[in-house]
Amino acid sequence: MSQNERDFLNTPDELGNFGPYGGRFVSETLMSALDELEEIYNKLSKDPEFQAAFDKDLAHYVGRPSPLYHAERWSKQLGGAQIYLKREDLNHTGAHKVNNTIGQALLAKYTGKRRVIAETGAGQHGVATATVAARLGLECEVFMGSEDVKRQSLNVYRMKLLGAKVNPVTSGTKTLKDAMNEALRDWVTNVDDTFYIIGTVAGPHPYPMLVRDFQCVIGREARSQCQEQTGRLPDALVACVGGGSNAIGLFHPFLSDESVTMYGVEAGGLGLASGQHAAPLCAGRPGVLHGNRTYLMEDGDGQIMHTHSVSAGLDYPGVGPEHSWLKDCGRVNYVAANDDEALSAFRTLTQVEGIMPALESSHALAYAAKLAPTMDKDQIIVVNLSGRGDKDILTVAEIDGISL
Amino acid sequence: MSRITACLQNLKQQNKKALIPFITAGDPQLDASVVLMHTLAGNGADIIELGIPFSDPMADGPVIQLADERALENGVTTTHVLNMVKEFRQTNQETPIVLMGYLNPIEAYGYEQFAKDAAEAGVDGLIVVDLPPEAAAEPIKLFDAAGLDTIFLIAPTTSDKRIARIAASGRGYLYYVSLKGVTGAGHLDIDGVNSKLETIRKTTDLPIAVGFGIKDAETARLIGQNADGVVVGSALVKLIAEFQNDREAMLASVSEFTQSLRQGLDQ
Ligand SMILES: Cc1ncc(COP(=O)(O)O)c(C=O)c1O
Repeated sequence: MSQNERDFLNTPDELGNFGPYGGRFVSETLMSALDELEEIYNKLSKDPEFQAAFDKDLAHYVGRPSPLYHAERWSKQLGGAQIYLKREDLNHTGAHKVNNTIGQALLAKYTGKRRVIAETGAGQHGVATATVAARLGLECEVFMGSEDVKRQSLNVYRMKLLGAKVNPVTSGTKTLKDAMNEALRDWVTNVDDTFYIIGTVAGPHPYPMLVRDFQCVIGREARSQCQEQTGRLPDALVACVGGGSNAIGLFHPFLSDESVTMYGVEAGGLGLASGQHAAPLCAGRPGVLHGNRTYLMEDGDGQIMHTHSVSAGLDYPGVGPEHSWLKDCGRVNYVAANDDEALSAFRTLTQVEGIMPALESSHALAYAAKLAPTMDKDQIIVVNLSGRGDKDILTVAEIDGISL
Repeated sequence: MSRITACLQNLKQQNKKALIPFITAGDPQLDASVVLMHTLAGNGADIIELGIPFSDPMADGPVIQLADERALENGVTTTHVLNMVKEFRQTNQETPIVLMGYLNPIEAYGYEQFAKDAAEAGVDGLIVVDLPPEAAAEPIKLFDAAGLDTIFLIAPTTSDKRIARIAASGRGYLYYVSLKGVTGAGHLDIDGVNSKLETIRKTTDLPIAVGFGIKDAETARLIGQNADGVVVGSALVKLIAEFQNDREAMLASVSEFTQSLRQGLDQ
C-alpha cells in the first residue's frame, strides 16, 4: 500500500472512516441525532471557549495533570527498562473515563438535553457519567450487564449514591456488549431529550473521534512530563485495550514520533488458544457491530461470540475502529495478557509500589513486566495506569477464597 | 419488474393494502419457518419478511430479541435461512420474500456470494437495519445486479433532505418506522404517521409500508388508510412464542391472527 493509503495521522475522514474501519452503521432513527452531534462537535471543538471550559474542569474538578510516576523499585526488580506510570487512577472517580465524560457532558449541556445515558462494563464509565450528571443536575440512567452488576457491585452502589438509575441488562451475554445494545435501544426511544455518553472510542461516528480527542490529554501530558523528567521521549508505550479509549488517549499524541514503539494489551482471558478471551485484535476479524466496522470476535456466521476476561472493563468482543486501522498499518503492536498474568501484576504493583491498579490496567502492567527485562536500563516505558483497583477488591478476594 | 413491485402494483390496482408479516427464521424450531411462511401466505399475507437472527439485535425489543436467541440456540445459520426460502419457493412462486436483519451476518457471508445465493434461493428483497444508504453504495450495486430490492427505513427523525436521499437509494418499497423506539414498542401516533407519510410522498412514488407498533386488526386498519402496506412483527412473534411447544395450536392461532389483520386492512 502507498504511504497515503496507510495514513493513520489524519483520521477519521469526514465520514468517520479510519481506513476501512469506523463509519456509521446504525438504524435510521439515530442518523439525525448523530448528524446533530457531529455538527455540534465540529463547531465546539474549534471554539476556544469550549476548550477553555474543558481544560478548566480537567484542572479543578478532575485534578489534572495526573502525575507521571517513576516506578523505581518495580523497575529495579524487573531489571530492565525504567517504567513510568501515567497515574490516571488519581483522577477524580478513579479512572481515565472521567476525561471523556467531562467533555461529553459539556456537549450535552450545549444541546440542552436533560437526560444522559451510558453503558458500562467495570462501572468506571458509569460512575464517571453519574458524577458529571450529578454536577450538572441531569437525569442519568446507566446500562450494565447483570454479570457485571454482580462483579462490580461497589461501583453499582456508587452510581446509585450519585443519583443514577442502574439498569441491569439480562439479554445476550449479560456483559458490556449487551449493555451497549440496551443503551442504543434506549437512545432510539428517547432520542429527543437524551444525550448518549459513550464510554470508549467505539460506536458510530463521531464517537470514536470525539472520545479520542477528549482522552488525548493523557498522551499530551505524558509526552511533556516525560521530556521534563528525563529529557527525552519514551521508547515504549503500554496500555490496556477494552474499547480502547485509555490506549488511544496515550498513543495518539505520539503517533508521529517514530522512535516510540506502542503496545496495546488485550484481555487474553484463559489464553488465546482457549477461545475464552476478549482479544479481537489478536484473534478476531473485521466485521460490523455497534455502529462501526472493526475487528470483532465473531463466529463464521457473523454472530458475535461470548467473551471472557477477569476484568469487566475489557470484556468486550469489539474494539475502537482506530485501533483496527493502527493494527493494519503496523503502527501499534497488539498483544494479550491472560487473567492470571493480570492478577499477578495487580498483586505485584500493590506490594512493590503501594499502588493498587484496576484489573483492566493490570493487563498493561503484566505486559510491561514482560517487556521491561528485554530492554536496556536507560530505556523508558510509559504504562497507562488507567484506573485504581478499589472496585476490584471483591473480585480478587473471591479468587483468594475470602468473603468480605 | 421485481416480484415485490409487481405485487404492490397489483394490490394498488385492486385498491388493496399489502399485509406484510415478519417472523424470525428458525424460531421456534428450524423446521417451523417454512410451514409458518405457507400459513401466512395462505391466510392473506402479501409479502413475508423473514428475519435473519443476530446475536445483537440492537433495534429490536424484547420479543424479537428472544426470538433471535431461540433461533440461534436452534443453530440457525444464514445458509439455513436461504434454504428455507428455497424450500418455500418449491410450492410458492408468488409471494415476495424479504430478508430482514443486521449487516454483520451478511458481511461474514460475503456480499457477492450472499447476493447470488439469496437470488437463487428466491429471495426478492433485503432490509438491513444497520446499513444506512450512505454506507450502502457497494452492496446496492451487488444486490441490484442480482435482482434483489434493497429496502430502506425512514424514521420519524429523518429530515426531508435525508428522505430524498433514502428514496433515491430505495428499491421495492420504503419502510416507514412508525415510532421512535425498538420493534414491539407500543406508543403508536397515527396522526404523526399520516403527516410524515404525506411528507414522504412529496418526494417519492415508491410504495410505503409502515411498521413498528402495529399489533392488531384495528391498528392495521388505521395505518392502512394511508400507507401502502403494514408490517406486523412483534405481535406475531409473540404469538409464535406462546405456542412454541404446540405446532398445531401455533399454526391455528397464526392463521386466525393473519386473517384478522387481513380483514382489518380490507375494511
Ligand atoms: C480502569 C479502566 N481501564 C480501562 C478500561 C477499558 O476501557 P478502554 O479500553 O476504553 O480504556 C476500563 C473500562 O471500564 C477501565 O475502567
